[in-house]
Amino acid sequence: MNLTLKIWRQKDAKSKGKFVTYTLENISPNCSFLEMLDILNESLIQKNEEPVVFDHDCREGICGMCSLYINGRPHGPDDAVTACQLHMRKFKDGDTITVEPWRAKPFPVIKDLMVDRTAFDKIIQAGGYISVNTGGAMEANHILIPKPAAELSMDAAACIGCGACVAACKNASAMLFVSAKISQFALLPQGRPEASERVMKMVKMMDDLGFGNCTNTYACEAECPKSISRSNIARMNLEFICAKASWE
Amino acid sequence: MSASLLRFSSITKKIWMALLGIFLLIFLVVHLSINLCLLRSDPRWFNDAAHFMGTNYVVKVFEIVLFAGFILHVALGIILQVQNWMSRPVRYAVNNKSTTPFLSKYMIWTGGIILLFLVIHLTNFYIIKLGWASGPRFIDGEPNFYQRAVDLFSQPVYSLGYILLFIVLGFHLNHAFQAAFQSLGLNFTKYSRCIERFGIVYSIVVPLGFIIIPIYFLLIHSAL
Repeated sequence: MNLTLKIWRQKDAKSKGKFVTYTLENISPNCSFLEMLDILNESLIQKNEEPVVFDHDCREGICGMCSLYINGRPHGPDDAVTACQLHMRKFKDGDTITVEPWRAKPFPVIKDLMVDRTAFDKIIQAGGYISVNTGGAMEANHILIPKPAAELSMDAAACIGCGACVAACKNASAMLFVSAKISQFALLPQGRPEASERVMKMVKMMDDLGFGNCTNTYACEAECPKSISRSNIARMNLEFICAKASWE
Repeated sequence: MSASLLRFSSITKKIWMALLGIFLLIFLVVHLSINLCLLRSDPRWFNDAAHFMGTNYVVKVFEIVLFAGFILHVALGIILQVQNWMSRPVRYAVNNKSTTPFLSKYMIWTGGIILLFLVIHLTNFYIIKLGWASGPRFIDGEPNFYQRAVDLFSQPVYSLGYILLFIVLGFHLNHAFQAAFQSLGLNFTKYSRCIERFGIVYSIVVPLGFIIIPIYFLLIHSAL
């Protein structure tokens, strides 16, 4: 495949970035998108040019590090996959592919296509955990959990925190991420004691960091590589209402 | 007021937006039921309903709540939108191609058109009721709203604008109905499909009810 790439290049957080056009020839359709970028970077290094910086880690679709906005969609044209699991066969020979970093005020660009997603860590630190005493592990069946609740909690816990929901949302809202992290605990008995405190603190941190407000357009759900449901957002809203009514 | 609204959390703003939206949805049904009296050939039906709405003390209290609710709904909508624009200072070069409900992306714009109509609507009717403007009146000085409606709907340009507005309102309500329940956290139960379908029916039936009235006056009433 022969491709034209329009890639966002930005020297550092303070510099003004711009799109730079590259052409690539003889790319295998079986290449992953990140492998295609590796080939581009090798050719740039051979020409003594600065390689394109982009986030990646496991390349198995489970770490949440890829953060590429490809042709107007987070993680590219395929549904429910991360950019590392996207293959070049999803494009046509001769295509022009535009690659941008996530765009959101709380996700500043560090360099090229790499953005700072510390904002998500701060939201988790605000309340995305359960407090447990250290010691011997409890008997696994000591607390009984209904199967449907366990499954819904597991579905929410599938969120890999990649930020595609923020990138896709027209308002750069982090509601899907935060709601998934709240739901995974709220659905389980172990998460209930701190449920009110958790939702209040995590929502406050989300707002303080400058994420946008949810307008229920559901682009987050459409683009989530782990198909996290928008029903988690509804659950978080109800958790918030209950917490607001009861929290002192 | 605006400073207090800004201090609300993002979800609190959405909850108020939803509660006020549902209140306005109920008001629309009441308004439609009165407007449908215009379809009766006897003007007393509509004028009696308008007189009741204008003089009943319970309705007068709700009138204040309605105005406050509408102002708050608009103010929150504008605040949410401005904050959302500020959350993405650098836009994407390639427009978002995510699959989302088409009308959900244009709520601020459809809302703006509805607000513009509301100003025109209040200018046409409400200021006559308050006595700030002249208009058709009975001998005892009471405003004759039936005649006012006939005068306005007899103008094809006004009627066409009215019809177009209610199509836009239908677009707004189409997303607003289910979004209100989502914001109130009531959209993850087994009733969510039911809420979605009821919202679609509401967004078609209620605007259609309003649209029938100018069509009646343009095509049937003028021929009588």
